[in-house]
Amino acid sequence: MFDGREIAQFPEASARALGDENLQAALRLLGEGFQARRTDAVERFSEFEDARDAAVDAKRRTLRQLHHHLEAFEARCQEQGGVVHWAETPADARQIVLELLTSRGVRVLSKGKTMVAEEIGLNGFLEEHGIEVVETDLGEYIIQLAEEVPSHIIAPAIHKTMPQVVELFRQHHDKLKAAPFPRRTPADLVAEARTVLRRRYLEADAGLTGANFLVADTGSSVIVTNEGNGDLTQTLPRLHIVLATIEKVVPTLADGAAILRVLARSATGQDMSAYTTISTGPRRSTDIDGPSEYHVVLLDNGRSSLLGTPAEEVLRCIRCGACMNHCPVYGAVGGHAYGWVYPGPIGAALTPALLGVEAARHLPNASSLCGRCEEVCPMRIPLPKIFRYWRAKEHEARLNTVRARLALALWGWLAAHPRLYRLGTGAAMWILSRLAGRSRRYRNLILANGWTRSRDFPAPAGRTFLNSWNRRP
Amino acid sequence: MVVSAPGSESDRACVGLFVTCLADLFRPSVAWASVTLLERAGFRVEVPKGQTCCGQPAYNSGDLRTARRVARGFLDAFEPFEYVVAPSGSCAGMLRLHLGRLFASEPEEAARAERLAGRTHELTSFLVDVAGWTEISATFPHRVTYHDSCSSLREMAVRDQPRTLLARVDGLELVELPDRDACCGFGGTFCVKYPDISTKMVSDKTASIAGTGADTVLAGDLGCLLNIAGRLAREGRPIACRHVAEVLAGAADTDPVVPV
Repeated sequence: MFDGREIAQFPEASARALGDENLQAALRLLGEGFQARRTDAVERFSEFEDARDAAVDAKRRTLRQLHHHLEAFEARCQEQGGVVHWAETPADARQIVLELLTSRGVRVLSKGKTMVAEEIGLNGFLEEHGIEVVETDLGEYIIQLAEEVPSHIIAPAIHKTMPQVVELFRQHHDKLKAAPFPRRTPADLVAEARTVLRRRYLEADAGLTGANFLVADTGSSVIVTNEGNGDLTQTLPRLHIVLATIEKVVPTLADGAAILRVLARSATGQDMSAYTTISTGPRRSTDIDGPSEYHVVLLDNGRSSLLGTPAEEVLRCIRCGACMNHCPVYGAVGGHAYGWVYPGPIGAALTPALLGVEAARHLPNASSLCGRCEEVCPMRIPLPKIFRYWRAKEHEARLNTVRARLALALWGWLAAHPRLYRLGTGAAMWILSRLAGRSRRYRNLILANGWTRSRDFPAPAGRTFLNSWNRRP
Repeated sequence: MVVSAPGSESDRACVGLFVTCLADLFRPSVAWASVTLLERAGFRVEVPKGQTCCGQPAYNSGDLRTARRVARGFLDAFEPFEYVVAPSGSCAGMLRLHLGRLFASEPEEAARAERLAGRTHELTSFLVDVAGWTEISATFPHRVTYHDSCSSLREMAVRDQPRTLLARVDGLELVELPDRDACCGFGGTFCVKYPDISTKMVSDKTASIAGTGADTVLAGDLGCLLNIAGRLAREGRPIACRHVAEVLAGAADTDPVVPV
């Protein structure tokens, strides 16, 4: 489970990640996989930019009157026979889910993919209370076997290589323990997982899913999956619990459709996911299947505090993962190094709101501000702008190092006094140039060892341009 | 807008050259080359004395007070100019997109900043898009590759402009990088705050540079160039790094950023 404490270890965790050969092999596939497929999908769809604008507009309208749409959702959902529960904190949400399960004698819970469950640490909590949780998404299932946490929001096991998955199945699937596991292709692994999981759906007394969005004017929840696991999770058991956060609501199904047009294209490069499922209330007398109870747990966990701030735009996120798929930092270290539920750029923008600026400190800083995330974000979230916003908050709260603060203040003072600046930098560059000798580089600079550990430091020319220019004849 | 470049000295439109702190301190040849190019394009070039830095290091570090202090000096120094040109997409991006935001709480300063932002250009895009000038006369008989800085690419829409100009250089053969929209890992203070990650990023970049078979890598931003040159040198790869302005101005007779 994520408790937020590991974020402080980001530099050490990223150094380990860079040295992990299995992880690096897995991450190399990001480029030829997700990135190339998204590029193709966008090129195939000539209206992509318009579709982006429409999706952004849908979310902007929603966030302007979020409370109104949430109340409308609650009213419509309850009219359809569903029940809406409001949870301010992760603890509230866990308790609501636990009570729903224990009061109905649920022992086995099947679970579709939901990052919100990771955010509130649901699995560990339920297991402590004697409830068995079965992950049904293949990636989630793999990391559940490995007793790990997701490293990516749409591909939770992306850090695992094929041979590692084969090994996990061999350890955990009884029938494979006796005989050697002959299957090696991804399709074989899917078939193996399916055989084991099919049985578990039927054993589950309740199913829990997330929601890609909630529709205010119909009271529905919508999920997209590629494996169909979400449908089995939510229709077979007698109790369906939807766990979602408040910003997932959209006014109408048409607004939801606007999001669907960009979601899969940005995420996996598909035009649409294999399954898009709309759930509205429990089973009616005329339905052939479905749960007899339908509950929606709506979590805030700090999100409402973002409304009206420059960071509000993160609430447009539709969790497609495009930002992390294209982020050079995520691509270098993978998701676990970030130490919390939402890795990559969106995590760096969202986490300070959820855990506080101090706890999330490394995340908004660990970016070269290259802007590739913003470029591919279907919801046009200005991620670098939000990183800067959190960096300013950090500076205001004096959470950065004394050394960094001093260096900035000193440099700022000097830069605001041009004549002294020219004098000071002129002298410094002259010395740096002289000391470098004929090689014109430094292999080691005490004040810049972060640089010189892996790079030579180019020597300055000697005389600065401004000093030369001002002395022209 | 395309401005004609009339003949006499006093009629000529005047450009305030923002040298940028890295070119000023580390590589004055970039600034001299910028002056040469702007003059050849028909402009009168002035280098305001009061300039130091645009404030970006403080702005990106969250120290907005210091950033404003530095940026105010920039505004004072460059306000009189019809055009402000910088041989850097990163500095130009800071001025064009962020200066107004920085002064969000001071409407008068914000208005000054916004007015200046509209007149600020990256060097190659100024030559091609604003001046409509592409009459490069330079020879550089090398196989080169070009690194697009992230700010040039994403903040200033600079992609084709340097290539248009490089196409006019005699003897120059341009081979594109396969991952040309990927960051080199410089990122200002990022490269010393998170050196391991930055090293991984720049190593990926130097590997793909080497893969092109080029003997020279060009870029429009010195930050990236110092980073890439430093890594190439450490890896012992005999590839030279130069600012694109040096090649375009025919001033590539100086040593590259780190001698190969």
